[in-house]
Amino acid sequence: MNNDNNEVMLKVENITKRFPGTLALNEVSFEVKRGEVHAVVGENGAGKSTLMNIISGLLEPDEGRIVFMGGEVRFLNPREAQDAGIGFVHQELSLCPHLKVSENIFMGRLPHLKNTFVNRKRLKEMTDYFLEKFQADFAADDVVKNLTVAQQQIIEIAKALALDCKLLILDEPTSSITENETKVLFGIINEIKRQGMSILYISHRMEEIFQVCDSVTVIRDGCLINTLRTAGVTSDQVVRMMVGRNIENMYPPKSSGISDVILKVEGLKSKDVFKDISFSLRKGEILGFYGLVGAGRTEVMRALCGIDPCDNKVIEFRGDRVENNAYRRSIDRGIVYITEDRKSQGLFLKMSVENNISAAMIENIRTDFRIDRDKESALCGRYVGELGIKIASEKQKVDSLSGGNQQKVMIGKWLATYPKVLIMDEPTRGIDVGSKSEIHKMLRKLSEEGVGVIVISSELPEIIGLADRVIVMHEGTITGELSGDDIKEENIIIYASNFKTSSRAANE
Amino acid sequence: MDENVSTSVRQRSSQLLRRIFAFREASVLVSIIAVMLILSILSPYFMTKANLTTTALGFAADGIIAIGMTIVLIIGGIDLGVGSVMALSMVTVGGLTTIYHLNIWLAVVTAVALSLLCGLFNGFLIGRVKLTPLIATLGMMSMARGGAYVITKGSPFSMSGVPPAFRFLGSGSIFGIPTFVVIFIVMIIIADYLLRRSAPLRNLYYTGSNEKAAELSGINVARVKLFVYVTCALLSGIAGILTVSRFNVTAPNSGMGSELRVISACVIGGASLTGGEGTVLGSILGIILLNFINNGLVLMRVSVYWQDLVSGAILIAVVTLDLVSHRKKAS
Ligand SMILES: Nc1ncnc2c1ncn2[C@@H]1O[C@H](COP(=O)(O)OP(=O)(O)OP(=O)(O)O)[C@@H](O)[C@H]1O
Ligand SMILES: [Mg+2]
Repeated sequence: MNNDNNEVMLKVENITKRFPGTLALNEVSFEVKRGEVHAVVGENGAGKSTLMNIISGLLEPDEGRIVFMGGEVRFLNPREAQDAGIGFVHQELSLCPHLKVSENIFMGRLPHLKNTFVNRKRLKEMTDYFLEKFQADFAADDVVKNLTVAQQQIIEIAKALALDCKLLILDEPTSSITENETKVLFGIINEIKRQGMSILYISHRMEEIFQVCDSVTVIRDGCLINTLRTAGVTSDQVVRMMVGRNIENMYPPKSSGISDVILKVEGLKSKDVFKDISFSLRKGEILGFYGLVGAGRTEVMRALCGIDPCDNKVIEFRGDRVENNAYRRSIDRGIVYITEDRKSQGLFLKMSVENNISAAMIENIRTDFRIDRDKESALCGRYVGELGIKIASEKQKVDSLSGGNQQKVMIGKWLATYPKVLIMDEPTRGIDVGSKSEIHKMLRKLSEEGVGVIVISSELPEIIGLADRVIVMHEGTITGELSGDDIKEENIIIYASNFKTSSRAANE
Repeated sequence: MDENVSTSVRQRSSQLLRRIFAFREASVLVSIIAVMLILSILSPYFMTKANLTTTALGFAADGIIAIGMTIVLIIGGIDLGVGSVMALSMVTVGGLTTIYHLNIWLAVVTAVALSLLCGLFNGFLIGRVKLTPLIATLGMMSMARGGAYVITKGSPFSMSGVPPAFRFLGSGSIFGIPTFVVIFIVMIIIADYLLRRSAPLRNLYYTGSNEKAAELSGINVARVKLFVYVTCALLSGIAGILTVSRFNVTAPNSGMGSELRVISACVIGGASLTGGEGTVLGSILGIILLNFINNGLVLMRVSVYWQDLVSGAILIAVVTLDLVSHRKKAS
């Protein structure tokens, strides 16, 4: 790797940005060299996305200046930044669901013939080039709304690469893709880096940062803490700079005692999605679900709660057979599911933090027929405190919160229903290291208090560190169950890719 | 062996059928054919050239407006002002020629300019000021209609001494087909093709599907909106001019209710009120279906009062069927 290249690609000088009630960035300055992968880290709400939005012309800084490729720039809109060579993969997906993969990748810059007509052949060729690069399992002509979140994330990355840019900004690109796709992405990052492109890489996963990044800039509460070469620091040191204190032990201790079965599921089946799903959940344990994309974990949980219909299910909750399980009944019973897709399924973005937290159990804040403002604000205050949500006011609209804080608001909303079985789909997606360990601790605490906890995660370390027992799924069936010391990366991967059965199938 | 071949052929053709029926246009087309078959059995008069041309003439104006409404719906907007703008353009032509004795072509140019202005106004309010389309065009609906009443002082008036060249547009014919219908068909073909293939027009779908994403990709959303509302108003104005030429009469209450008829037709043809979907072909097929059914009711001497009831029922039936059939496929 060629790192002694000292040409500066991007220089950010004394950038300050204020939002009503928040000083999001306070005189931040740093430099990105040509051909360098530069990480930007910080807690949720530290100002990383805001900084990137300023660099890419989406927001205007209140003060400070940006020098890109030797000249001062002041982009008025994203288009200008793109034309100058800055590509951006946003933290939140921004695709057009009704359109094809190819049309999304080349959104705003479709290849066309001399007249105005779309050059469909070229469009398909160009798209296939990117899909091949990612070894994607979908086609150029697929309509985006039929794809999974992970597949959409890949389109999002391809879209930025297709810009042929000089500086690529990746805001948490791996938060919803699997290990395999992450590896592919890293391969691509290394390749474009050799071609002299610079990359700004935002992630909450320290392993990734130390794996692909050359330097790291740490931001805390909108202030620049330091810029360092990754070779010279350890992950612990970076985390300490981020949060300003020591983070002890990442994962909480495992279960102290497992007792009776709370929830028992037998023969859950939905045609073409999953079949023969049987498992039980005991008091005091955290049950992990792992699988590759398309393994059907989310679908199983949704059917279990009664959100989606399924063909066959036998569910016992605390020893009683569950008959009617419309989702509202499930919630009242205490079985709740927290979605992996907070933006489109988990939050009321245009409503306040307060309104969101009380949304799932309006009973909590009712006095007779009235909504009791005091109760609502007390409820909100309680979960904002418990989860450490960073907000300017309880009346703030959720869509102006940073990604990680939105995630916490969603968790708060469900905790406020006092669940007995808590099913969390990717609970720490987009959450910073410190809060992540707090959420893990909170899950452990809930489980010790007798709440049944199921965690779906695509992050192996999380599953290994958190779960007492792991169920692994592959293409809609359960392929293995691990507990105690057997919960190891190798074992999980074997089940998740189902090597055993596939080798048997090959022999037949 | 033979069996195998025939099953695979059957499988492939059923796959093909399913692919075709994934498009709303196909199911609407099949409904139209079914309606035509039934009507030609019930009434010998239905399949005559005279009846079909009259029916086509009857919906040509709505059809031209539907082209505009389709692109408005694609970007996730709505335009309630189309009927009023059409009326405004009609009375402009009528008023300027009869009251002020202006040259008919100058009157036509003025009417087009006025429609353009209405469109610019809508597009500016919606695209730049960011007013919701429902409110902006609801206002336009009243304003343009009001303008039409002001110009005519409320009463219809008929025109005399109209030059034959102008009459030809709305009441002449080319090879036995009314000119109005020919113009309409040419417009559909061009609009449908452009909307499917042109690169800049793809921005309409991007905007309707996810406005934020479109903006982040450097698409000038405000300009897209301006273009769409201007085009829609222009088409409404043109529909009005052609209607004047057809009837030689202008009335301030023309085009009443056409906004809802046209929106229904577009939705039947696959446009979605939340944007991102819709084709010109689909919308036109929607118009044809609704008008054939109304024509059938007339032929069978059903009271005209039934027409609205039936149209509403068809709208709901088509959209429900489509929803249910897609839901089944998904699971
Ligand atoms: N439009 C806005 N209006 C008001 N406050 C805002 C707005 N956008 C961001 N903020 C605030 O600015 C701060 C920085 O937010 P930002 O999204 O940059 O954080 P982040 O570092 O990207 O966090 P995360 O890791 O959670 O994505 C937060 O406190 C956030 O609430
Ligand atoms: Mg962010």
